[in-house]
Amino acid sequence: MEVSIAAAEAVKQANVDVISAYPITPQTHVVEHLSELVANGELDAEFFCVESEHSALSVCVGSQATGARSFTCTSSQGLALMSEITYIASGLRLPIVMIISNRTLSSPLSIWNDHSDVMSIRDCGWIQLFTENGQEVYDHVFIAYRLGEDRDVLLPVIVNMDGFILSHVIEPIELIEQNKIDQFLPPYQPLHRLHPDRPVTMGAFALPSIFAEAKKAQEVALRSSMPKVLETWKAFGDMTGRYYRPVETYQADDADTLLVTMGSCGETASVAVDKMREEGRSVGLVKIRLWRPFPFEAFKKATLSAKKLVVIDRAMSVGACGPVASEVKAALYGEAQRPDIYNFVAGISGRDVAPPDFIKMVDKAEIEIQEGNKEGYEIYGVRE
Amino acid sequence: MTENLNVFAVRTLTQKEYFAPGHRSCQGCAEALAVRLVAKALGRNVIIAAATGCMEIVSSPLPFTSWRVPWFHVAFENAAAVASGIESALKVLMRKGRIPTKKIVTLAMAGDGGTADIGLQALSGALERGHNMIYVCTDNEAYMNTGIQRSSSTPFGASTTTSPAGKMAMGQVTWKKNMPAIAAAHNIPYVATACPSYPMDLVQKVKKAADIEGPAYLHILSVCPTGWRSIPELSIKLGRLAVETGVFPLYEVERGRYRLSIDFPKLRPMKEYIKLQGRFRHLTDSMIEEIEKRVHQEYEQLKEKARKGV
Repeated sequence: MEVSIAAAEAVKQANVDVISAYPITPQTHVVEHLSELVANGELDAEFFCVESEHSALSVCVGSQATGARSFTCTSSQGLALMSEITYIASGLRLPIVMIISNRTLSSPLSIWNDHSDVMSIRDCGWIQLFTENGQEVYDHVFIAYRLGEDRDVLLPVIVNMDGFILSHVIEPIELIEQNKIDQFLPPYQPLHRLHPDRPVTMGAFALPSIFAEAKKAQEVALRSSMPKVLETWKAFGDMTGRYYRPVETYQADDADTLLVTMGSCGETASVAVDKMREEGRSVGLVKIRLWRPFPFEAFKKATLSAKKLVVIDRAMSVGACGPVASEVKAALYGEAQRPDIYNFVAGISGRDVAPPDFIKMVDKAEIEIQEGNKEGYEIYGVRE
Repeated sequence: MTENLNVFAVRTLTQKEYFAPGHRSCQGCAEALAVRLVAKALGRNVIIAAATGCMEIVSSPLPFTSWRVPWFHVAFENAAAVASGIESALKVLMRKGRIPTKKIVTLAMAGDGGTADIGLQALSGALERGHNMIYVCTDNEAYMNTGIQRSSSTPFGASTTTSPAGKMAMGQVTWKKNMPAIAAAHNIPYVATACPSYPMDLVQKVKKAADIEGPAYLHILSVCPTGWRSIPELSIKLGRLAVETGVFPLYEVERGRYRLSIDFPKLRPMKEYIKLQGRFRHLTDSMIEEIEKRVHQEYEQLKEKARKGV
């Protein structure tokens, strides 16, 4: 099954009430399939092709606030256009779920995959998850709704799916029986909803005397969602046998050098790790699945025994290092004994990063660090 | 027609207030009056999606609210999209039996900036999709909330903080955007103009909009003493003069058919309206004549449409 189709099937199985989206490559297959499901009566939902991504998310904000489970999906420029509303959705504590079929941001215009779109809204206050394969995308639609709608969380959730590399790939995907889903994810019961029987004002403005308190409440909510994230993954694992963790490790326990990845390139990196292990090199892999709230403790636990980290970023923060690397550095700064960090920006705009590329990056990083370049940063594979 | 416009009939309206007193609007704010009348006309079974603007700022300083009905503010340009979401949610939740089935009106509200400028795309999308909702534009003819900057709804000749009258300029150089015509071009079932100086007419139009299945657009002229540089106690009079001079005719477009709500065999002189407003004080007599000429021309065109019924 194509991963985008699986994602749409998951949205159907999650009994979503309102879907609102605007077409953009490579998100289209998700929305096309959803519109077919609605057209064929397989999904009872209100489906709207609106006139912009800004309105797509605005519709979801309206419908979610009225008590309807809502879904949207976008990529790249579309996400940039709706970015204003991403901040508002989390401030209003509306558990909308959005799949981002990750694609690079212009300019130059490019339809291919990297993480520059989602990194542009890094601080928007949503729970943000990255997936590595189609199964994870499918699974995380249910996880995202259950997690976001938890009364102790009430936050919107982004499920990142690498554009084309995941979205357009056909993979065997294990679907979950509907009765199990219904148990795992009962219908949405909002804490407050817009309804005349119990009038509420939502979206009031705050003067400086109360603004910081409102933002603190949001910060507390996002940070303290961590135990709920773990709880939700545990419940999902008990149901399916597929257990997820905020940080996944592969051959990492005794490794001197660790690759750090996020998203689908983790699988490719694991092939490179196998190859290097065969050659007797002490290399392992750490994959970040949960990006917000950032799993500081789990990440430290996974990496502190290593000597070198090779952090792969799939987005740039022009004028600084990659966003994952800067997060990693912040996470480890307080530790007396910490690994040296070398940062590569690789595979932007969908340029292939194959196993030999990971080996080359590890080679380069090890040499640079040995030569004393302990805060290295470069864009990998640029023709000069 | 005339009994509809009887100012004393306003006493027959409900005493109940859904837009509560104590909000922070300026003295003589006819926009607040318009909103109050809209809320009265719709009663309690309504959900409001409001755009950023004066009416949002005066009514919702956290943790206070002036709203006795469900009210939701998200952003400046998306009231129509948010209302689309509310309407869809009500529809699907009633269909699935998750909330009781009853008539709940979805109302989107925005000022002229949030409608004619930054919110035009979202509005057009919502009208085209045919949501069962009312969109009310309370038009005070500039960005009053941010300090009287010009919008595309500011009338020709008006001095604002971004279209100031100076040695080389005579204020706003463009003619007011015709929002009701743009709304009507979407072939929606109901478009109307109203003014709180004609409260019964306004209330009846709101009620009609609520009864009609599909999108309805109401454009309400809202006198703003702060931005128009007018005397607060003259707001009702200014609204009436806007109508009586032909500057802001009251009409309906029902399923494409134009109808004047009130017709004047002879329009009042433009000067009577313009001279009460500081924003026009730099205009010379010849400029006022020019404006009057175009207003009359447009009024005749409107009458012609109403006569033909198209």
